[in-house]
Parts: sequence; structure tokens; C-alpha cells
Amino acid sequence: MLKQIEGSHAVAEVVAKCRPNVISAYPITPQTHIVEELANIVGQGKLDAEYVNVESEFSAASVVLGASAAGARAYSATTSQGLLLMSEVIYCIAGMRLPIVFTIANRAISAPLSIWNDQQDSMALRDSGWIQLHAEDNQEAADLHIQAFKIAEETNLPIMVCMDGFILTHAFEPVDTPDQKEVDNFLPPFRPTNIVDPRWPRGIGLFADPRFYMETRYILHRAMEKSEETIKKVSEDFKKAFGRDSGGFIKTYKLEAADVVIISMGSVVGTIKDLIDQLEEEGKKVGLLQICSYRPFPRKEIYNTLKDKMNIVVVEKSISLGRGGILASDVRWSFPRAEKKDRNISSFIAGLGGRNITKNDLRYMVEKVEKEPVELEFLGLNKELISEKDL
Amino acid sequence: MNQSAEELNKVEKKDLFTSGHRACGGCGQALAARLVQDASGENTIACVATGCLEVFSSPYPDPSWRIPFLHSLFENASAVASGVEAAYKALKKGPVNIIAQGGDGSTADIGFQSISGMFERGHNVLYVCYDNEAYMNTGVQRSSFTPLGARTSTTPMGNKTRKKNMPLIAANHGIPYVATATVDDFRDLQRKVKTALSIEGPKYIHILAPCPLGWGHHGELTVEICRLAKDTGLFPIYEIVDGKMTNVKKIPVKVPVQEYLKLQGRFSHLFKKGGSPEIIAEIQQIANQNIERYNL
Repeated sequence: MLKQIEGSHAVAEVVAKCRPNVISAYPITPQTHIVEELANIVGQGKLDAEYVNVESEFSAASVVLGASAAGARAYSATTSQGLLLMSEVIYCIAGMRLPIVFTIANRAISAPLSIWNDQQDSMALRDSGWIQLHAEDNQEAADLHIQAFKIAEETNLPIMVCMDGFILTHAFEPVDTPDQKEVDNFLPPFRPTNIVDPRWPRGIGLFADPRFYMETRYILHRAMEKSEETIKKVSEDFKKAFGRDSGGFIKTYKLEAADVVIISMGSVVGTIKDLIDQLEEEGKKVGLLQICSYRPFPRKEIYNTLKDKMNIVVVEKSISLGRGGILASDVRWSFPRAEKKDRNISSFIAGLGGRNITKNDLRYMVEKVEKEPVELEFLGLNKELISEKDL
Repeated sequence: MNQSAEELNKVEKKDLFTSGHRACGGCGQALAARLVQDASGENTIACVATGCLEVFSSPYPDPSWRIPFLHSLFENASAVASGVEAAYKALKKGPVNIIAQGGDGSTADIGFQSISGMFERGHNVLYVCYDNEAYMNTGVQRSSFTPLGARTSTTPMGNKTRKKNMPLIAANHGIPYVATATVDDFRDLQRKVKTALSIEGPKYIHILAPCPLGWGHHGELTVEICRLAKDTGLFPIYEIVDGKMTNVKKIPVKVPVQEYLKLQGRFSHLFKKGGSPEIIAEIQQIANQNIERYNL
């Protein structure tokens, strides 16, 4: 049913329809509306689940770890400092192959403190063995959760559904929240195979000496790579069941004839598409490649889709300090170095700490890369705030 | 469940925590862990913190556990156990005994927040602390359970602070059952585990678990050292049921603390020429205060 609803509430409603058995979270802006609404849903008896109010994000992640290891479908949501505080547990959940689903309401990292959006938080955990799916809008954010539980439970991999904090979490948009029966038909009950249960005593979380550790990481890496098929299949099945194109690996927009290709992920994709339409009217051919699954990384798709494109620009809301754009590095690595040395892959950092990314900013970016490749540039930087002695 | 006095006082031997693990000879923690699991029985899930117990008993592919064993990190055994309990409730499974267990660090230092949260939220989980008074797994560094005067690898001149009183901190969360125990008295220790598991809600048992390596005593003295810890008044034995202290173990013949200290290498510097008689006197004072406070 299509209704005008806040992004956080849409996600909470849909998560509840996925029937998690255990929810545990610690409040942090801008994740709060999601977990408040879930508390309401559980409190009103509309969802039969244990809702565990904990004393920290570290414990929230640990509670869902324990719950999942005991056979429960488990869910949490966090962002920013909360996610970083969890990071030790985040790695552990992946290593233990627990199919837990998190919502990440993407937010900047301290210091300085900023409650506003960028994607540095989930980026910081990109190597942890969690699948990371990025939503473009609230419809996709909602839909991705239904897919996430299915993908997680089929692959035994945990999943972060990333949605831009405030821009999506606090935006009211029309969202079609499917009814319970539709979700039940799509998402079967959780049938875990490896749980702690006195009927079948086993150890979960044994330590591995150097004879065994490396193989566990290799297997996890291969599972991440292989999850590509499941992500694609579940997205296709979702389309068949719900009639909507949500999720998947990558998406493209007006790419075929494009002279310049923009690569990005998350909510800024909407602004980029608007700009592409405008530029088209002005006679410029610009296209978009949208990253839906950041981990596993769609390297082959990027290469196959863009192998004839010579002018590519990556715009992203995170940075590896001392190195440059993180998504840009991933994209640059997607093309064999020896091939087409004149292919330009430019890198722009934008929207850090909630700085708006306007169409004008993006237009400037396109015009710049039309003239020359850009190794690294911060978009919309206010140079008046920076003095020589700061540098 | 109501158990008869006979059942409560029976010493259980089920080998649920089996031999063949890698603990040192005379390890108090290995003995305590066996007594705890055998008392709780097969219908138990052990949520174990990183530490000596985890390392010597759970290397892949040879764990010593014949009950379900769940380990993830150092500081979160209480939160993980909370999650297991929540899952059992949500899935309407059970009843099952859930025992979170760990050493000094996972109880009183790095895991303190997690255990406090578990107590406060009222999960039906027993937490067992194996107290060996330092970070033994990493090579005998000081913890907040390290007693006054004890030499550790990070207090080479002797620890300058007194031990954190975790059982009373646990009791002040308002949880229904707290007990202390030592590994020399199998019957008492196992009775406390069985009693705790018969009570709904969070429970805490604090077990003194001498570490021959870290304390510098001969392995065969583990039991003797436990007796002396009690008889000096340094480790009071009691239960706190619904906030009321009960079953305080009286000391038959009070022993001066020197008798306890001199068996252990970690206190040997106190007795050497130019040693620290004032520290020994202060340790005696701690014992005297305990004797008065707990009416030992």
C-alpha cells in the first residue's frame, strides 16, 4: 500500500514484517526513529519479538550475535560512532557466519562531531565480511531489508542496509510497504543450521591456530564473492514478486550514449539523474552507474559495462585520509591497468558531514572532467574557511 | 525447580568439561570450570569470554566442552548470553541453563559495562567469574581484582591498590542471587551453582581460582591456598539471596595472612630483607575488616 511516510518508519514497518525474533539497539541520531518505531510495534503486540534495550552499541551487536547463534532472526540499527564502537563485534559476526541484518543510517565520524550524513561509517567497516547494500531512496531502503534477510540467510553472511542519514531516514516520501502475506511468501522462516542447542552440543567461536585461521578467511572471502549470485537472484525474485526494481548489484541510467559516466551510491544518485536529464536537454551525453552492492564489489559489472567508456568520474561521501577516494580506488582497480591507458577515472569527495551536494556542484564536476582528468578534488569546499597555515 | 537438600549437596561428576585441555597443572580455573559445568548438567549453554579458560579449552578442532559452547569476544560474554536468552524466549524454546563465564577482565574491567547491563535488564542468566586476580592469559598483568601487594608483570613493585569488590557490586544491582566460592570445596561450589540455576533472573557466582603460574605457587597447593584464603578472612564465603547476606562461612581457626602470602611467589618481595612489613600489616587489616564486616 502506497503511503506518505518517514523513511525510518517505512524501514521499521518493513523490518517488522520480516518477523525478526530478537531486536537490540542503542539510540543514536539519525537511527533513532527506526528503533523507536520498532519498539512501538513490539510494544503494541504487532510483532512477537524480544526487544532488548542495551547500555551500548557494543552490547546491542553482542546481543544480536548471541541471539543469532541461538537460532533467532536478529536485527539491529546504528550509525557513525555506534557502528565504530561495534566494530570488534561486527568482524566477529561475519567470522562466525551469522546472518544478521543491520540498518546503517549513514552519518559522519568524529572529530569534529557531526550528526549529519556522509558514508564514512559503513566505509570504515567495508573489509569486515558484511554485505553492504546502498539504498537510493526510501522505497529501495524498505525493499532492501526484505531482500537482505533472504540473502543473509541463504549465504550465512551478515548484511548492512545503508541509507543516508536524515536525507532518507527523516524524509517523508510515498513508500509502498508490502502487506504481511506478501513478505511471508517471499521470505521463508529462518531455518538456521549451526546453533547452540543442548540437543546437539557444538562449539561456536572456537579459536583457530595458524594451521586453520587463514582458511576461514579464504572461505569467507569466497562466500562474499559468491554472494553476488544470491544478491542478483533475490533482487530478480523480488521484482517478480513485488513488481519493483530494487537492489541488485549495479544500476545504470542513460549510459549507452554517454561520453561522461558518473559513478556513485546512495541518495545523491537522485540528484545526479536530475542533472543528467538537464544536461541531455542541453545536448550533453552523461550517464550514471549506480553501485547498489558496495560489498561484494561489482568489479566485473563495472568493467563489462564501462569497458568502452573513456571518461569516468566517481563522486563519493567518504575518504581514506592520506590516500583519497575509497570508491574511486575500487573503481580504478576494476580496469586492467595495461588496457586503454588514456581512460580517465576522476575522483571527487563530496557531501562530507552533511554538506549539500547541489546540481550546480555536480554540473561543475562534469564540466571539469570534460576538460581534464581530476586525481582528487573536494566538491563544494569553502576555501575562505581554510588559511595557508592550516595546510 | 525445587531440589531437595540431598540433590543440592550431591557432588556431580559428569565430565561435561573433559580432560585433555591445555591448562597448567593445578589450574584453579580448569577445576572450577569442570565443577560448574558438571553441576549445571547437559541442558546448559556456556557463553565464554576470551581468556585463559577459552584458550586452553576451545582450540579448533579439539574443544573440551560436551555442552554447547559459544565464544565471541573478551568483553561481551554477558551481552552474548543476554542475546541467547532473548532468542530462547522469542523462539519459545527451553528451559535451558545459560551460563556466562569469564575471568577478572571480562567480569570487572573490560566487560564491566556488559555485565552491569545484563544484571540491570534482568536476564535469566548465571554469570560465573573465575577470579585469579590478574590477567593470566596475557602473562600475569594487573587487573582490578589484583590484591594489595601482589606482584604482577605490570606491577613489578607490588600492586598499590585494593581489590574491587565485585560480589557486592553485583548484589547492589538488586539481582536475586550472589555467592562466593572456592575450588577446594566441591560440594559448596556445586550447591551454589545448582541453587543459582534454580532461581529466575540474573545470578552471580564469584569463584576464587588460584593460578599456580601467576601466583607463583606449586600446583599441588591450589586447594591449600584456597583454604588459607578463607581462613585468613581474605576471601569471605557467603551468599546474598534477595539482598540478604546468608550462609556466611565461619572461620574455625583464624590464620594470620602471612601463612597465605608466604606460599606465593607474587608476595615473596614483601618478606625479603628490606621488604614491606607495612604492606603485610595492611593486608592483615583488610582480613580483619572482612572478619568484622562479614562476621566470619
